Amino acid sequence: MLLRAQNLGKHFGGVSALQGVDVAFARGAVHAVIGPNGAGKTTLLNLLSGVYRPDSGAIFFEGRDLAGAPPHQFAAAGIGRTFQNLQVFFNMSALENVMTGRWRLERAGLAATLARAPSLARSERACRAAAERLLEEVGLARWAHAAADSLPYGALKRLEIARALAAEPSLLLLDEPAAGLNPSETREIDELIRRIAARGTTVVLVEHNMKLVMDVSDHVVVLDYGRRLAEGEPRAVSRDPRVIEAYLGSEACSR
Amino acid sequence: MDCSAAARPNGSRKALLLLAAIVAALPLALPNNYAYEVAILVALNALACVGLNLLVGYAGQISLGHAGFFGLGAYGSAILAARYGWPAWGSIPVTLAGVALLAWAIGWPILRLKGHALAMATLGFGIIVAIVLATEDRLTGGPDGMAVPPLPGIQGEKTWYWVVGAALLAGVWLAQNLIDSPRGRALRALHGSEVAAGALGIDAARHKVAAFVISALFAAAAGALSAHYAGFITPGKASFLHSVELVTMVVFGGMASTFGAVAGAAVLTTLPHLLTVFKDYEMVLLGAVMMLTMIFMPRGLVPTLESVLAAARAKPR
Amino acid sequence: MLTQYLLSGLTSGAIYALVALGFALIYNASHVINFAQGEFVMIGGMATAALFDAGVPIYFSIPLAIAAATLVGLLLEKLAVEPAREASVVTLIIITIGASIFLRGLATLVWDKKIHRVPAFSGETPLQLGGATLLPQVLWVLGVSAVAVALLAWFFRRTLTGKAILAVSHNRMAARLMGISVRRVLAVSFALSAALGALAGVLIAPIAFTSWDVGVMLGLKGFAAAILGGLGSGAGAVLGGLALGLVEALGAGYLSSAYKDVFAFLIIIAALVFLPHGLLGRRAAERV
Repeated sequence: MLLRAQNLGKHFGGVSALQGVDVAFARGAVHAVIGPNGAGKTTLLNLLSGVYRPDSGAIFFEGRDLAGAPPHQFAAAGIGRTFQNLQVFFNMSALENVMTGRWRLERAGLAATLARAPSLARSERACRAAAERLLEEVGLARWAHAAADSLPYGALKRLEIARALAAEPSLLLLDEPAAGLNPSETREIDELIRRIAARGTTVVLVEHNMKLVMDVSDHVVVLDYGRRLAEGEPRAVSRDPRVIEAYLGSEACSR
Repeated sequence: MDCSAAARPNGSRKALLLLAAIVAALPLALPNNYAYEVAILVALNALACVGLNLLVGYAGQISLGHAGFFGLGAYGSAILAARYGWPAWGSIPVTLAGVALLAWAIGWPILRLKGHALAMATLGFGIIVAIVLATEDRLTGGPDGMAVPPLPGIQGEKTWYWVVGAALLAGVWLAQNLIDSPRGRALRALHGSEVAAGALGIDAARHKVAAFVISALFAAAAGALSAHYAGFITPGKASFLHSVELVTMVVFGGMASTFGAVAGAAVLTTLPHLLTVFKDYEMVLLGAVMMLTMIFMPRGLVPTLESVLAAARAKPR
Repeated sequence: MLTQYLLSGLTSGAIYALVALGFALIYNASHVINFAQGEFVMIGGMATAALFDAGVPIYFSIPLAIAAATLVGLLLEKLAVEPAREASVVTLIIITIGASIFLRGLATLVWDKKIHRVPAFSGETPLQLGGATLLPQVLWVLGVSAVAVALLAWFFRRTLTGKAILAVSHNRMAARLMGISVRRVLAVSFALSAALGALAGVLIAPIAFTSWDVGVMLGLKGFAAAILGGLGSGAGAVLGGLALGLVEALGAGYLSSAYKDVFAFLIIIAALVFLPHGLLGRRAAERV
C-alpha cells in the first residue's frame, strides 16, 4: 500500500466532517473517491495533503506517519495535488507555474542563488525544458508564455495538473479535475489521467462525474456523511444498493 | 500580469546593462553639486526600494515600517563609528549583520500575520524604532540627531556618486538573481497562492522570513551609506512618513518590478526637489500625486508603460 | 495614583475608541482602511479653534466643525475611494495615506502650523474624585463618548440605514440584491466616520490642544485599537480603544512616560501574534 489512512477524523466546530475513516490506496492504480455533496471528499483530500490537521487517526505514506505535519512536508514526501477552487499562480506565466512545480526537485542554496552560480544556470535550463515538456503533454504548449490569468478555465485545470506533475509525485490527488468541463474536455482529462497512471504515478481523484469515474478508475471508495460507505471495483460499487440509496438512486445508475 | 522575467531570460540582463549605462552616463547631464546630491539620494532610495519590492511586490507581503531598518542601518554604523571609533569597513558589515539578526528574530512571529494585522505589526515596529532612536539620546543624540564620520577616502559628491551607483547596481543584480531563480519563483508562488505553494513543498514561513531579512538588509545598507554620506543622521529617517515614502515609491514605480522600484524612487525623490518653489505646497502635491497615480495607474508606472508599449507593438498598422 | 492613571487611560481610551469606531465603520462597508481617519480628528479640533478665534460662539463652532469634517469625509469617499473600488489592499492603503498627507498639507495652507487652544466646555477648575484630580473636560469626553457609542449601537440595531450598513458589511452582493444601495451605504459610512473622528477631535482639543498634525498619532492609535479589537467589530473597536488607553496610561505611570507609545505598540503586536484576528474579530475560513 502506497498510502494507508486509519481512523481519520476531522470536525469543524460542532460539525463532524469525517469520522473513523479507513482508506488504503495501492501503488500504481487509479483510485476514485465519490459520494454525495457534503460527504467529506474534499476534507479527505485536504487531510491527505496536510492542508488540514486530523483530529484523530494516522496517515501512513510509504510507511511514514505524516499526520500533523505541515503541507510542505507532505509535498516533500511525494504527494502532489490539484484544487477544486483553482489555486493557479495568477501572477506568473503558465510556464513559470509549471517551473515552480519542480521546487522539490531543485536544491539551490541562497548563496548560489544570489551569486548566480553556473550550476544554477544549468539547472534553470533543465527546469525550463522539463516544464515545456509537461506543458506539451497536457496540451498547453502554445500558452507557455501567456499570463496565467489569460487562460480559459479548461486550460487552467490542465495547468494545475501539469504543475503538480512537475514535482514528480508518487501520489497525485486530483480534486474534481473535470468540474466545469464539457464532454470533449472531460475526455481529454480522462486520457491525461490514463497517461499519468501508465507512467506509474498513483492517482486518487475526487469526482462527481460518474462516467469519468467508471471509465478511468481501478478502485472506488464511497463516502457518505463523513464515513466510508462502500468500496471496491467501479462496477460493483455502482450496483451496491447502499451506494444507490445514498445518491437517492439518481446519478449512479443512470450513466 | 508581468511575465517579462522568465519569458525573456535575457530581458533582465539587458535592463541591468541599460541601468549601468544610465549610471555611467548620467554625470554628463549633472550641472552642479546639487544635482549630484539629488542623484545620490535617488540611488540610495532606489536601493532601499529594490529590497522593499522583493518583500511587497514579489512576495506579496506588506511593510509599513521599513524605514525602521533604514534608520537602524544608519544609526548602527554611525554609533559604532562615532562613539566607538570603528572604521567604516567594520561598522557597516557588523551593523548589517545585526540588522539581519533582528529582522530574522522579529520576522518569524510577525510574518505569520496577514493583511491588515501584518500592516499594523510592521507599522508598530517602525514607530518603536523611531521612538527608541529619538529617546536614547546619550547614544543617539536624541531628536536632534548625531554627527557621522565620513567613509575614509571617499569625499565629495562626485566620488560618492560612483560609490552609491555601484551599490545600486550590485543591489539590482542581487535582486534579479534572486527573482530569476527557483527561490524567486517560490516567493512569487507565496504571493500567488500560499496553499498551492505549500502543496509544492514550499515552506511559506521560511521563505517569507528570508524575503523580510533580505529586504531589511537592502534598507539598512541604504541607511548606512546615507548616514556616512550626509555626515549627519536624525531619527526622522526611521519615521512612519519615511516608511510611507518608500512604499509609495515601490507601488508608484510598479510592484513586482525591480526596475519599477528604481523608477519610482527616481521620480518621487526628484519631484520634491524640482518643486522647491512650491515648498509650502509640498505635502498637498505629494498627497495628490499619491492619490492620482494609484487611481489612474494602479499597477504602477513601469508595468503600465510596458502594457502600453506591448499594446502599441501588437496593434496592426 | 492608580485612580489617576485609570482616569487618564479611560479618557484617552474613549478618544481612541471613537477613532477606532470610525476605522471599523469604513472597513465594514468597503474593506478599506482609511488612513486619513486621523485627519478628521484634526479637522474637528482645528476648525473649532479657527471658528472660535474668528468670533463664532463655541456652541456653533463645534457643530460647524463636525459638519465640515463630514463634508470632507464624503468628498474623500467620492473622489478618492470610489474611483479605485476594485484596487488591491496595498493600492487603497496608499490612496488613503496620500489623502491624509494631502489633508495635512491643506490644513497648513488653510490654517497654519501653530498649536491652537480650544476653551473647555465647562470651565477649567479641577474637580476631586476619589484620590484623583480631574478636569471637567474629562467628564465631557467620557460622557459624550458613551452617549455616542450608545447612539451608534441603537442606530445599527434599530434603524433601516444602520441595518443596511451591517448587511453590506456581511455580504455586499446579497445586500445589493436586496435593493440596498451600496453607494449610499458607503457615503453614509464615510460621513459617519468623519463625524465620529471630528467629535473626538473636538472633545480632546481643550485638554491636549490641537494642531495641523495632531491627527497622525491619534489616527495610528485608533487604527491600532481597531485592529486590536478585531477589525470590523464595533464592540471590538470600543474595547480595543479603551484597552489601548489603559495600557498606555499604566505604562506611562509605572514604567516610563517617554516609552509609553513603545509599550502600547509592543502590546498590540504581541496581542496580534497570539490573536491574529484581534480580541473580538471573527475568523474567515479560506475554501480550497
